[in-house]
Amino acid sequence: MLALLRIWVDRMAARIFSLFAWFSVFLLFIILAGLVFKSLPIMRSYGFADLLFSADWKPLQKQFGFLPFMVSTVYVTVTALAFALPACTLASLYLVEYARPRFTNAVLPIIDLLAGIPSVIYGIWGILVIVPFVRNHIAPVFHADTTGYSILAGGLVLAVMVFPLMINLLVEVLRTVPRELREASLSLGTTRWETSLFVVLRKALPGIFAAVILAFSRAFGETIAVLMVVGNVVKIPHGVFDSGYPIPALIANNYGEMLSIPSYDSALMFAALILLVIIILFNLLSAFILKSLHVHRYSV
Amino acid sequence: MRKRKFTEQFFLFLMRVSMFLVMLPLFLIILTILVKGIPSIDLAMITQTPKGGFYLGKEGGVLNAIAGSFYLSASATILAVCISLPVVLCLNIYMKRGSNKAWLIRLCMDVMSGVPSIVFGAFGFLVMLFFGMKVSLLAGIITVTILIMPVTIRSMDEMVRTVPEQLLQATYSLGATRVEAAMVVVRRVLPGLITATLLSFGRAIGDAASVIFTTGFTDNIPQSVSQPAATLPLAIFFQLSSPIPEVRDRAYAAALILTFIILLISYSARYISNKFTNAS
Repeated sequence: MLALLRIWVDRMAARIFSLFAWFSVFLLFIILAGLVFKSLPIMRSYGFADLLFSADWKPLQKQFGFLPFMVSTVYVTVTALAFALPACTLASLYLVEYARPRFTNAVLPIIDLLAGIPSVIYGIWGILVIVPFVRNHIAPVFHADTTGYSILAGGLVLAVMVFPLMINLLVEVLRTVPRELREASLSLGTTRWETSLFVVLRKALPGIFAAVILAFSRAFGETIAVLMVVGNVVKIPHGVFDSGYPIPALIANNYGEMLSIPSYDSALMFAALILLVIIILFNLLSAFILKSLHVHRYSV
Repeated sequence: MRKRKFTEQFFLFLMRVSMFLVMLPLFLIILTILVKGIPSIDLAMITQTPKGGFYLGKEGGVLNAIAGSFYLSASATILAVCISLPVVLCLNIYMKRGSNKAWLIRLCMDVMSGVPSIVFGAFGFLVMLFFGMKVSLLAGIITVTILIMPVTIRSMDEMVRTVPEQLLQATYSLGATRVEAAMVVVRRVLPGLITATLLSFGRAIGDAASVIFTTGFTDNIPQSVSQPAATLPLAIFFQLSSPIPEVRDRAYAAALILTFIILLISYSARYISNKFTNAS
């Protein structure tokens, strides 16, 4: 009798557990479906291409062109990666190839701490340190006139925010390169740097690519910190010293008026949908690359 | 030969510089928050709610936001753990290692943990409208639960994966059912699960973009889940946009409080995982 009860409990648990598991997967599709459903009205009345490639954003006159926001988002993200990628690649090479294990083991937890700091704190730091730095020190060098609230400031803050993610991933990726390859290269008389460049980095190239995609998608959706330093002016930026207005900032700034202007809520949900779709695609791509390299994404 | 040696030295130098540049912001951020926050922090900040002229620089504190953040994050974390634990056990004990279903679920969780919090915020807003709710603590809790669930699942999953296959086999050979084996596994990785929970709590308390639509803002401590609630990141954000210097100073003080809470949580998470994983 007791045995039957135990088997019954086991079967019930199996059902409940898998119900939870599929529910969590289902949630992603509910989110996608919800956003698609809500942005259908605006897609129907304006057409996909008009929304994406028009530069006119006047919600009161029913003009919804997302081009300024898309360009700003790409600008900020690319600026961030232009700083983060070389710095993180060199730093992780140093951690894996050159530094003593004791140093690496001391540094990685500190970098993890950086990952836990909330984005609003990064935003404050951006306003207090990065924005004045851009205005007073970087802009004069290029003879640019700026308030400091610019694409460049957003990019710098974002670069710092993706450091932990990139370093963690790159260290994991570089560690998957077999030691024999390094030894073979060194035994042919190359210097350590030549081995790092022509053997380790080359072998790790797909992994670095995956790390870049992940960092890109993280930077893409970052809201509060970027919103605080990027200036939020609706126009297509023409350089890194111009102000920008990325998509996440657009959504966060306008939630108040969302329900009072017709089709505005639909437009903002469409913006969220763009973010979601791009990020799903990027994450899938990097997941497949990392899977082929046998790298676990989370190393807590 | 000399050129090659020079290249080696040059790039080693470049790597050290990069290493320094990557570490520098961490210290700069903490330094900035300390320098700006310490002069304006006082006991009233953490023991009082905003009084009449608070947003003009008069007395009061951010107790409303601290309490709101704790209610929100604690409830969301508890809910997320209640959903995550069954999923993780299903992945590791009921499904075979290397099964396609488990791979699909893990993939979806990876993708979901990459989704920006503003998208969860927008979705939470839709859910709120769908059920006819107003901005409230409850709507915020639902949103934040969905936000941290994928992260919780993936970090707990990594913990449970470290359990050796032999432990499971030994349990089965004694005649245990799978659910009983799951209990053995849970007891074995309990410190790891607590660490994962703490990290999720940290993520929940620091997130601003997802609650901006759903929890609203209020000067009172919420008395029930149907009332709006203030959160610490949003309180910082709103006070920072004030033109009055005293109010901005208080934003720095609130930022110091938030940083302190986050660092405390991260440190204790790490402490628990180090202390117990080395012992066992």
